[in-house]
Amino acid sequence: MKVTQKGKSNGSSWIRTRALMIKESHQIIRDPSSLLIAFALPFIMLFLFGYGLSLDTNNLKIGVVMEDLSNDARSLAYAFANTSYFDARLGHSRKYFENELISGHIRGVIVIPQDFTENLRKGEVSPKLQVLSDGSEPNSATFVENYASGVFLTWLIANGYENATRTSPLLDVEPRFWFNPELSSRNTILPGCITIIIAIIGTLLTALVVAREWERGTMESLMVTPVKIREIIISKIVPYFILGMVSMLFSVAICMVLFGMPFRGSVFALCIISSAFLLVSLAGGLLISTLSKNQFVAAQASLVSAFLPTTLLSGFIFEIDSMPAILRAITWVVPASYFVPSLQTVFLAGDVWPVLLPATGIMMLIFILLFTITIMKSPKRLEAS
Amino acid sequence: MSHSTGIIRILALMVKEFHAVWRDKKTRFLLIFPPVVELIIFGYAATLDVKNVSIGILDEDNGPVAREVAQRIQGSTFFTKYHYLRGRSEIKNIIDTQKAMLVICFPQNLSQDVSSGKGSTVQVILDGRRTNSSQITLGYLSQIIGRYNIQLFESTSKHVIRPEIMIRTWFNPNKIYCWFTVPSLIGTIMAIEVIVITGLSVARERELGTFEQLLVSPLTQWEILIGKTAPSMIIGLLEGTFILVIAMIVFQIPFRGSFFYLYFSIPFYLLSIIAFGLFISSMAKTQQQAFLGIFVFIMPCFLLSGFMTPVENMPQWLQQLVVINPLKHFLVIVKGIFLKDMPFSDVVENIYPMIFISAATLPFATWMFRKRLG
Repeated sequence: MKVTQKGKSNGSSWIRTRALMIKESHQIIRDPSSLLIAFALPFIMLFLFGYGLSLDTNNLKIGVVMEDLSNDARSLAYAFANTSYFDARLGHSRKYFENELISGHIRGVIVIPQDFTENLRKGEVSPKLQVLSDGSEPNSATFVENYASGVFLTWLIANGYENATRTSPLLDVEPRFWFNPELSSRNTILPGCITIIIAIIGTLLTALVVAREWERGTMESLMVTPVKIREIIISKIVPYFILGMVSMLFSVAICMVLFGMPFRGSVFALCIISSAFLLVSLAGGLLISTLSKNQFVAAQASLVSAFLPTTLLSGFIFEIDSMPAILRAITWVVPASYFVPSLQTVFLAGDVWPVLLPATGIMMLIFILLFTITIMKSPKRLEAS
Repeated sequence: MSHSTGIIRILALMVKEFHAVWRDKKTRFLLIFPPVVELIIFGYAATLDVKNVSIGILDEDNGPVAREVAQRIQGSTFFTKYHYLRGRSEIKNIIDTQKAMLVICFPQNLSQDVSSGKGSTVQVILDGRRTNSSQITLGYLSQIIGRYNIQLFESTSKHVIRPEIMIRTWFNPNKIYCWFTVPSLIGTIMAIEVIVITGLSVARERELGTFEQLLVSPLTQWEILIGKTAPSMIIGLLEGTFILVIAMIVFQIPFRGSFFYLYFSIPFYLLSIIAFGLFISSMAKTQQQAFLGIFVFIMPCFLLSGFMTPVENMPQWLQQLVVINPLKHFLVIVKGIFLKDMPFSDVVENIYPMIFISAATLPFATWMFRKRLG
């Protein structure tokens, strides 16, 4: 093997590292909470994300106020009630629905005003429809407004008022959504969820485990042995790396089997990008625990530095391009912001190496940086600390 | 007499708890620093708005119509980066590598077909990996083209009757996303801080071995319970107030409702969170276990609250299940009072579930806590 070629002193280093790795692996296997995190956590998280998080806005609850009681107004109101975009209640009191909007029971109110039919029939004044939406949920408000316009126009055409809208526009738009034609937001969100799972296993778990060794003083016992700090760090990284990769593959399998996600890339590409991200996360966890040496602080610091940026600054729900310039600059050093698009690409588009390679390269750079800082910040001797 | 000494003992324990949190420099730092950073970063970052979109333009028409539409696209602030493509073969590359979120293709003879009245179609290819953003972008592009269509009509025919939709967005007329996020952060950050303080308080003592000392002190079980929970309640209130002030001063979000209603509902909310914290604390043997317990609680609480994505989008069975999430109810209250000047009846409607949650969890947590004490 590689090591034996390098001579004797390296050989004994390898033996020490291997012994430590075995000790570390035993610790993982014997501590049920580590295994719980590696297998139960992905399951629960994917379940929560897969069912709980959805940007597929349909069945928006709205109220339709019929101030006009003509057949046309009724027919339009039923059009709102029957579409799958809305879950509409019909009524006559504007005040009632406005209060429902305040209490958050509905997300929009559509008012068919008294002069609606009159204007529609006369064909001189434009028939007006009023839409009130709940701006305290800005995304839902946008969808209420867009869908309401859509339902209204469809109704006009279906009821022979097409001359009011003029048959078809001269310039039509034909959209095609590549990679995800059914526009299921789950296909975007689940790769984000896997990213969070890896970040948790990598950062939080290692940070806690190593900080615990510092707290209990077992780190000091290791330091008085001939083991070098580099060997300690490697022996910590390898077992958790394996744990993380197994857990990642398990998560991908759940996505495909349970949620029917397409997987258009190759397992090879998946392993390459995941290894890079997992290494960065592990290095981050080690650095945190080396600096804090305290479980409470390590836990909080991993939450702040790993979990929250992974959730919010990686672009899997909140678009990075929409953020202010300073935050966009911060996302350059958030490893997850490279991993999420790569993972989405491997799942939905395939092995697009021009996306995957630069992302992997940058993640590896961040890994080397974190790893070097960790070694530099690790006390070489007990007196030094 | 014994009643008043009981209060003194509780106060003494509370002072001790505050000291434990405050004297530790790292803990103190973590109580102040993360909420500020979270508030600022996530107040600006957590947005479902779409801005600064890159668009690819493929012009096979080379006529006035394509030029006009392209100019209108470049004139909008929505699209900020444009890539002109030389051929269809470049579409795949630019979408695959995410250099552009969408490509608009103007077909050959577009200008001719439009000016002759025959009509034509532009194809728009969007990156489905970014589901929500590409839908919003398409809506925006359709608006630009729709407005252009209307102009085309008005230049050809005289009598135009256009059905009008008057849209008004209440409470947040410009749909500024942080008006949604920042008030919600009052609820989420309070929850995180409170559950961390309560959840770790007992576990830390047990790990350090000072818990036995507490047990042999003259404090009764109830006094320990109150002395342990009251500080997190107070710290939670302070954190909430702090974020409220930042929201109003830094983010300039209008506070339209009643401070009284808000502060009336916060204790009910914190109590329901504290109950979970106590429960975790009494179960955990070490800080690490307590922290994992906190995480297992806070994750679903956070994700299934309506903060990340609306509760209405969840499947029906899950919507019924999230009724037990205190954060879900508190978010309705805090956003309602903040932006909508919610009346008291609506506030109470959302306090009830939190009272039920506390009524179910608090006795159980107390029982567990006391069992562990005994």
